[in-house]
Amino acid sequence: MFNGSSTLQSLVKLLPFTFVTLLTNPLTRYYINSEDIRCKCICPPYREVEGQIYKQNVSLKDCNCLHVVDPMPVDGRDVEAYCLRCECKYEERSSGTIKFTIIMYLSILGLLLLYMVYLTLLEPILKRRLFGHSQLIQNYDDVGDQQPFANAHNVLSRSHSRPNMLNKVEHAQQRWRRQVQEQRKSVFDRHVVLS
Amino acid sequence: MESEQLYHRGYCRNSYNSIASASSDEELLDGAGVIMDFHTTEDDNLLDGDAASPGSNYNMSNGGGAPSSTTHLLDFLEEPIPGVGTYDDFHTIDWVREKCKDRERHRKINSKKKESAWEFTKSLYDAWSGWLVVTLTGLASGALAGLIDIAADWMNDLKEGVCLSALWFNHEQCCWTSNETTFAERDKCPQWKSWAELILGQAEGPGSYIMNYFMYIYWALSFAFLAVCLVKVFAPYACGSGIPEIKTILSGFIIRGYLGKWTLMIKTITLVLAVASGLSLGKEGPLVHVACCCGNIFSYLFPKYSKNEAKKREVLSAASAAGVSVAFGAPIGGVLFSLEEVSYYFPLKTLWRSFFAALVAAFVLRSINPFGNSRLVLFYVEYHTPWYLFELIPFILLGVFGGLWGAFFIRANIAWCRRRKSTRFGKYPVLEVILVAAITAVVAFPNPYTRQNTSELIKELFTDCGPLETSQLCQYRSQMTGNDAGPGVYSAMWQLCLALIFKIIMTIFTFGLKVPSGLFIPSMAIGAIAGRIVGIAMEQLAYYHHDWFLFKEWCEVGADCITPGLYAMVGAAACLGGVTRMTVSLVVIVFELTGGLEYIVPLMAAVMTSKWVGDAFGREGIYESHIRLNGYPFLDAKEEFTHTTLAREVMRPRRSDPPLAVMTQDDMTVEELQATINETSYNGFPVIVSKESQRLVGFALRRDITIAIENARRKQEGILPNSRVYFTQHAPTLPADSPRPLKLRSILDMSPFTVTDHTPMEIVVDIFRKLGLRQCLVTHNGIVLGIITKKNILEHLEELKQHTEPLAASWYYHKKRYPSPHGSNGKPRSRVHHVQLIRSFQDGWGGRGEDSEDEEEVGLLDSSNL
Repeated sequence: MFNGSSTLQSLVKLLPFTFVTLLTNPLTRYYINSEDIRCKCICPPYREVEGQIYKQNVSLKDCNCLHVVDPMPVDGRDVEAYCLRCECKYEERSSGTIKFTIIMYLSILGLLLLYMVYLTLLEPILKRRLFGHSQLIQNYDDVGDQQPFANAHNVLSRSHSRPNMLNKVEHAQQRWRRQVQEQRKSVFDRHVVLS
Repeated sequence: MESEQLYHRGYCRNSYNSIASASSDEELLDGAGVIMDFHTTEDDNLLDGDAASPGSNYNMSNGGGAPSSTTHLLDFLEEPIPGVGTYDDFHTIDWVREKCKDRERHRKINSKKKESAWEFTKSLYDAWSGWLVVTLTGLASGALAGLIDIAADWMNDLKEGVCLSALWFNHEQCCWTSNETTFAERDKCPQWKSWAELILGQAEGPGSYIMNYFMYIYWALSFAFLAVCLVKVFAPYACGSGIPEIKTILSGFIIRGYLGKWTLMIKTITLVLAVASGLSLGKEGPLVHVACCCGNIFSYLFPKYSKNEAKKREVLSAASAAGVSVAFGAPIGGVLFSLEEVSYYFPLKTLWRSFFAALVAAFVLRSINPFGNSRLVLFYVEYHTPWYLFELIPFILLGVFGGLWGAFFIRANIAWCRRRKSTRFGKYPVLEVILVAAITAVVAFPNPYTRQNTSELIKELFTDCGPLETSQLCQYRSQMTGNDAGPGVYSAMWQLCLALIFKIIMTIFTFGLKVPSGLFIPSMAIGAIAGRIVGIAMEQLAYYHHDWFLFKEWCEVGADCITPGLYAMVGAAACLGGVTRMTVSLVVIVFELTGGLEYIVPLMAAVMTSKWVGDAFGREGIYESHIRLNGYPFLDAKEEFTHTTLAREVMRPRRSDPPLAVMTQDDMTVEELQATINETSYNGFPVIVSKESQRLVGFALRRDITIAIENARRKQEGILPNSRVYFTQHAPTLPADSPRPLKLRSILDMSPFTVTDHTPMEIVVDIFRKLGLRQCLVTHNGIVLGIITKKNILEHLEELKQHTEPLAASWYYHKKRYPSPHGSNGKPRSRVHHVQLIRSFQDGWGGRGEDSEDEEEVGLLDSSNL
């Protein structure tokens, strides 16, 4: 009992700390990661020296020709003249963000592709095997009579029925499919929008 | 006597308080057919203003507040009916009604806020929700723009090769720390492998060139294929640029699902694929759509915005500003873009919110830093060289080119899209995308200027030649003075010319494909290529003829007085201006790209010239043309109406049509009402006093009537087909044995807009534009004659245009493809056969079209009995 409450207390004490660490962690990592900053100096050809590009991991205040260009290709007298022509740019990136973005993007794309394959190829086969041919089509047909009042019926029933979770998901999916089908018809078949 | 009867019918007892019974003797005056409704409580509210009563004087609200100020707490008849006040898909909203609804809601919250701390908090939340929703929108659109930028860059480089050390890096990031120090090898680093190197093991030679060529085409095709498949399977609305549709939506049109979750997701994902596939398209326009989707989704968190279509459009205006802000890294340009190009209703409040949303979005994108250059766009450039007065001549010439290109592009693209829309060719969207992608990839690869990403091309063209530049464009003979073009420049010239022709042709066929496709980048690229060519030509001219009187004063030998990069930028602005016909926002966007105030005059000169030249060939920009092609009900506020027609000539019904379908205020039964609704396809019905007097009482919408009747059937007992329906404050006198009447006053719009039959159309069009009306009734001596809807006005404008210019009029053609709601015998066709409000999934579209075609035609009126 006592033990439990003390754990709780320490947890409460730790909580703000963990929260702060969680918040600042990406930030600190972002600044610490030396791979993510560079100073890039582009030096044009000078006398007999070829044009060169120098890259160094230095902080912003050190990002100038004197610090970055190493070894210096010219003698001491010419350093100033050489460096005047160089253009140094400090650049930073966040490789973590890039990695995260690309991986997230690819995984969403992959999931969508899988779902697309399922919807277009597998599902019709499965449904046919389970229910036979007619069921699938019928599903769409008996949604309502063709009266204008059926629409009102729909609007009202939408706000009233409170089905359980599973039904809800099923219902939402059905509705989504119906919407997409309508969209497809209006865009690709009838060309009323977005042509 | 009447009140006595009321009390006999027990179910209504609670509905009437003392005020009601007091006014019952006024009702007796009605015998003469004159409704003296002025004494009822609604009109008192009118005089009292909002101070005294929380109820509305604008009695059309439902769902929102109590329709009248009489306090029937127990009145089940007055409880808001769910769904009333909402709109069907492809319908126009009524701005006036929505604004009234919002004012009433606001008043209610204000009056309640002193009651308790909770109510006070709620009012605070309500007041802040506007800023909250734009903040969230800005955050989301900034983050999504970052994602799109990073992913598109990576995928684009995937066509050429892959980073072996870290697969998620693009070429630039892959060689971030490599020490290839010489100029010649700046693009090479051991970590980055081209496909030929990976597969064949050799980087040079014809074999590897063919391998790279093949892989380039392979990736381009597979990206394009994936994009179009995803669009087709999950969200067809995600295709195109989206700006014409957003313009239409902002002007008050409902397209369900256009700004939904799936559209957002698929548009974001496929936009990356489409850009990476190398098609001649950009991500800037679709980013506006993406931002608007964010705005729409977040507005669902706030009842203030989710329940009110007019308020929601304020959020969407702000969202489109955020979209442009992240697309070009130009927050102010984004706000101006929203104001100039997309928004329809743009009050100052929205201006500030747009500004804030643009700021937040730009901030988020900046902190993501997608390009690693601490800028929001890839092609950010800085110039410091001055320009000279004589250069205005080439700038204006570039403006002329931009205008000509714009006019040509609009015509050609619209013609092509019409072909796609009306012939069988439009039935194969996937094939079309693949074909265009294949042609683009095959032709683009050999030319280095078309092979690279279009944004990079623009960057290269914008960047001025300095000693640090190594591109072919900068290979001048003497590196120091940099004026005498070397062989590199000449070969770059003809490559650029080929690239120009290629881009011009491909863009016409690309815009309108069924993948997300923006127009800004290709247009800018075309302008930038043309501008750069002109710039280099000018430069050479100045070099070889520096003693001409033009150049003598400014161009000394050895000093560069011409900046070709600046010409590229001016050309880009001019071409974009020619296509979209934007002016102010475009100049501001480009100026924010360069960060130099001194180039505003050249930009303004070029953009203005291109607008003039473009307007000479056709007044519409590409977005308006697409709106017209698709026949969206968009009433352009920029166009002038100069004809002398009268309201009587435009209103429906026409002379030959059957009389206007009307409802009387208290002597119709439920059955008759349903029959009227079933037999017609009109979306609203004027309510008149009686068949004899024909005086106007109000206006009721079809959707509201059907919902209310259905609702009454479910919730109230004793509603039979022969129940009387009444729109008055009190039930009419009925025989004792008749079934219980149905009160529909709560759905009646008591203050419909009316004009007299002699009002000039100029004024009517103005009223529609400025107030955003959906329909307007035409009266004569207080007798309702007919109705004018937004669609009637558009049709009328189109007809008038037919006489002057025979171009386009797709809207009109479109109309004719479907049977009119009236049969040849002049009788309304039964709606059942071809129109239904409910959509069945198998054949719903036939009916649907009908529905959207006629939606606004609330016709009635026989003008012959005038």
